Amino acid sequence: MTDATSANVPASAPVPHASSLLTQTALMKKRNAAETRFKAYGIAAICVSLSVLAVMLWTIFSDGVSAFKQATFTFPVTLDPERLDPKGNRERDEMMRVTTIGYTNLLNQQLVAYLAERDISTEGVDDKDIAAFISRDTPARLRNMVLDNPDLLGQTIRFEGFATGRIDGYIKGRVTRDTAERDTNISVAQLDLADRMIDEGILSAKFNWSFLTAPDASDQRPEAAGLGVAMIGSAYMMFLVVIMVLPLGVAASIYLEEFAPKNRWTDLIEVNISNLAAVPSIVYGILGLAIFINFAKFPQSSPLVGALVLTLMTLPTIIIATRAAIRAVPPSIRDAALGVGASKMQTVFHHVLPLAAPGIMTGTILGLASALGETAPLLLIGMVAFVANYPAGPLDGGMLDPATALPVQVYSWASRSDPAFIERSAGAIIVLLAFLVVMNIVAIVLRRKFERRW
Amino acid sequence: MTVKLSASVLAIAAVSATTAMARDNVQVTGSSTVLPYSTIVAEAFGENFDFPTPVVEGGGSGAGRAKMCEGVGTNTVDIANSSSRITQKDLETCAANGVTEVMEVRFGYDGIVFASDVNGPAFAFTPADIYNALAAQVAVDGAIVANPYSQWSDFNSAMPAQEILVLSPGTKHGTREVFDERVIIAGCKETGAYDLFLATAEGDDDRAKSRAANGECTKLRTDGRNVDIDGDYTETLARLEADKKAIGVFGLSFYQNNTDKLRVGTMGGITPSTESIASGEYPVSRPLFFYVKMAHLDVIPGLQEYIEFFVSDDMAGPDGPLAQYGLVSDPELAATQEMVANRTPMGPLN
Repeated sequence: MTDATSANVPASAPVPHASSLLTQTALMKKRNAAETRFKAYGIAAICVSLSVLAVMLWTIFSDGVSAFKQATFTFPVTLDPERLDPKGNRERDEMMRVTTIGYTNLLNQQLVAYLAERDISTEGVDDKDIAAFISRDTPARLRNMVLDNPDLLGQTIRFEGFATGRIDGYIKGRVTRDTAERDTNISVAQLDLADRMIDEGILSAKFNWSFLTAPDASDQRPEAAGLGVAMIGSAYMMFLVVIMVLPLGVAASIYLEEFAPKNRWTDLIEVNISNLAAVPSIVYGILGLAIFINFAKFPQSSPLVGALVLTLMTLPTIIIATRAAIRAVPPSIRDAALGVGASKMQTVFHHVLPLAAPGIMTGTILGLASALGETAPLLLIGMVAFVANYPAGPLDGGMLDPATALPVQVYSWASRSDPAFIERSAGAIIVLLAFLVVMNIVAIVLRRKFERRW
Repeated sequence: MTVKLSASVLAIAAVSATTAMARDNVQVTGSSTVLPYSTIVAEAFGENFDFPTPVVEGGGSGAGRAKMCEGVGTNTVDIANSSSRITQKDLETCAANGVTEVMEVRFGYDGIVFASDVNGPAFAFTPADIYNALAAQVAVDGAIVANPYSQWSDFNSAMPAQEILVLSPGTKHGTREVFDERVIIAGCKETGAYDLFLATAEGDDDRAKSRAANGECTKLRTDGRNVDIDGDYTETLARLEADKKAIGVFGLSFYQNNTDKLRVGTMGGITPSTESIASGEYPVSRPLFFYVKMAHLDVIPGLQEYIEFFVSDDMAGPDGPLAQYGLVSDPELAATQEMVANRTPMGPLN
C-alpha cells in the first residue's frame, strides 16, 4: 500500500525530486559556479604567464635583433709597402714590427683622402673625428690580412671594415641627434657626415656574420664582439656532458630500478639523488674548483672542467627521468621475457631499455637544455672570462683550451659600460633561446614519435 | 659500448690534461673595475704579438688576490688585478702556499664620480653634503642626532630641494673603501661629527678611539635613502633610470661612456676629469694595481711581455687606451716600467 501511494506521488505532483539532474538546486548552482570560477582562474593564470613571456620576448627581440646587423664601410685602401714593410723584404717577423697603431693611421688617412676624392663635405668634423668612425678592430683585421698574404702590399684593395658602436647605433636608431648632443663620444656633425656617407654608399648596414663567428672583444669595440668562442665552448661542453652523463645516468638508474635490493641503503641513495637535484648549481662550481682544478690540476677555464661540473649537476635530473622511464615499462614485459627463459640482464637490455629509450632521450635532452643555460657553476672554474682565442679542434686538445659559454657571454656583456653591449647581450640571448627551442622541439618530437602507451 | 667509449674518452682527456700542463696563455683574474681595461690590453697584446690573447676574468679584487695566492703551478693564475692594495693577510696566505715573490705594479688611477639623471638639476657636492645625506647619525648644533634630513636643501640651502636617494657602492665593492675614506669620513670630519664621536668613543688609546670614531662615521642610514648596490655600474644606472631623483656612484670611465644619460656632480667645486684626477685636485680617486706571481715569469710564455706591454707608454701613457677608456695615467709610469723590466719584487707592506 505504502508503495502504491509513494509511487503515485510523483505522478500526481509535478514537484521535482530534490536531487533531479534536470533542475539546478542551490547547492548545484554553487558547485557549478565554483567550477566556472576555477576555470577562469586557470585561464587568468595562463594569460598572466603568457603576457609576462610576451613582454620578456618583446624586450629581448626589440633590443637584440639589431645585433645581427652591423654598420660596415667599404672603401678602397692602398697598402703602402713603404709603411707596412719598411725593410721591404716581406719577412713576417719584420712586418710584425708595424703594430696596429701603424695600420690605424694608414686607414684613417686613406678614409679622409677618399672622402676628399669623392667630394664629400666634411664640414664641422676634423680628421680625428673621421678616424673615430673606424672600429678599433678594423686595423687588426687588415694587419692580419697583410701578414697572411704579403703579396697584397702595393695593391689597392676594396676593404670592408666595421664602423664604431656609436655610428652603428645611429644607423639602428639607438643613437639619435638628441642623445648625440649630450654624448661626449659622438657629435651631431659626425652624424651628418654619416648621413652623407650612407647616401654615397660608403656606409651601410649589412648582415653581421661575425656576430656568430667572431670571438669576444673588449669594451672599446662592441661592434666587433661575437659569439664564436662561446658557441664552440658550449658545443664542446654539451658533447662531453652527453658522453659522460648518459652512461653514468643510465647505468645508475638500471641498477637502482632493476637490480638493487630494497633496503635502507637504497632508500638513502634515493633520498640523496632527489636532494642533489635541488642543490643550487653554484655548489657544483665550488666542488668543481676543489676537485677538478685544485686537486686533479685540470686547466682553468677549460670546457673539460666545465663539462665535468655540468655532468655532476645534470646527473641527478637524468637519473630521476631515466628511472621514471624504466618504471613506466609494464611488469608484464619483464615477466614475459623472464618466462621464456631470458636472464635478468637480457630482459633489461633486450626489452626494458629499448622501450624506455624515448623517455630516457627526452629526459636527457631536457637535462642538457638546463645545463646549456647554466652560468653560476662556470663562474668559479674560470669560464666567466674574456677569451679572445678560439680553442683548438676537438682532437687537438681543444677541450683543454680556455673558452666561454653562451650564457656566460650574455652575463659578461650585460655588465659592460658601453650601451652597445646591451644589444649584443640581447642578441646572445636570442641565439641561446634558438638553441633551447631546437633542443626542446627535438625532445617533443622524439616523445611523440617513439612513445608507447600501455 | 657507450660505457667503454666514455671511459676511453676520459682516459684520453686525463692524459692530454697532463701533457697540456704547459699552458701557453697568460691568465689574469681580479677586480671588475680593472677588468675592462685589462681586456683592452689583452686584446691589443694578442693582436700585436705572436702570443695568444691572455684570458681575463673578473670577480673582484679580494677574490682575485686570493686566487693568485692559491699556489704556484700552471693550473693557478698568473696575475691578479686589484683596485685596492694587497693586504698583509693576502701576503701571508701567499707565502704559506709557496707564492713568495710577488711584483706589485701600479699602473693608473680610477676616479669615482657622483652623477644624477641628465635632465635633473645640477649638483655641486662637498664630502660634508654626502655625509649629511647618508650618515645614520649627523651633527646638528653640536650634538649627535639620528639623521633628520629628507631633502638635499634641508642641510645646504644651495642644493636643490630634491628627495635624498643615493645609490652607493655595496660593501663588497672595491669602490666602497675609497668612498668611505675620501667622502664619508672626510665629510664626517668637515661637519664636526667626527670630533663628537671621538669624544664619546671607547678605546684604550687614541688609535683605538679614532678607529671607533671612524666606524661610527661610516655607518650609513638604513631608512631607504641610501641604497647599497652590490652589482656593477650597469645595475646602478638601471636603478637611476627607474628613479630619476637618485644620485648614483660610478667610475669615471663608466660615466664617460654614458654622458648622454648622466650628469656629473662636482666634488668640492672640482669637476672630475682625467686631468683633475691626475693632478690630484679631484679628491675621490684610487690607485689601480696588478700583482704578478714572479715564479711564473719564465714559465708562462708571454707573461713578461704582457706586463711590459701593459705599462708601456702606448697603453698606459696619458694618450693611450688607458686614458681613452677614462682611467688616469700614473705620473710615475717611467719608474714602474723600469721596475717591471728589472723584475723587482715588492717589499713588505708599510
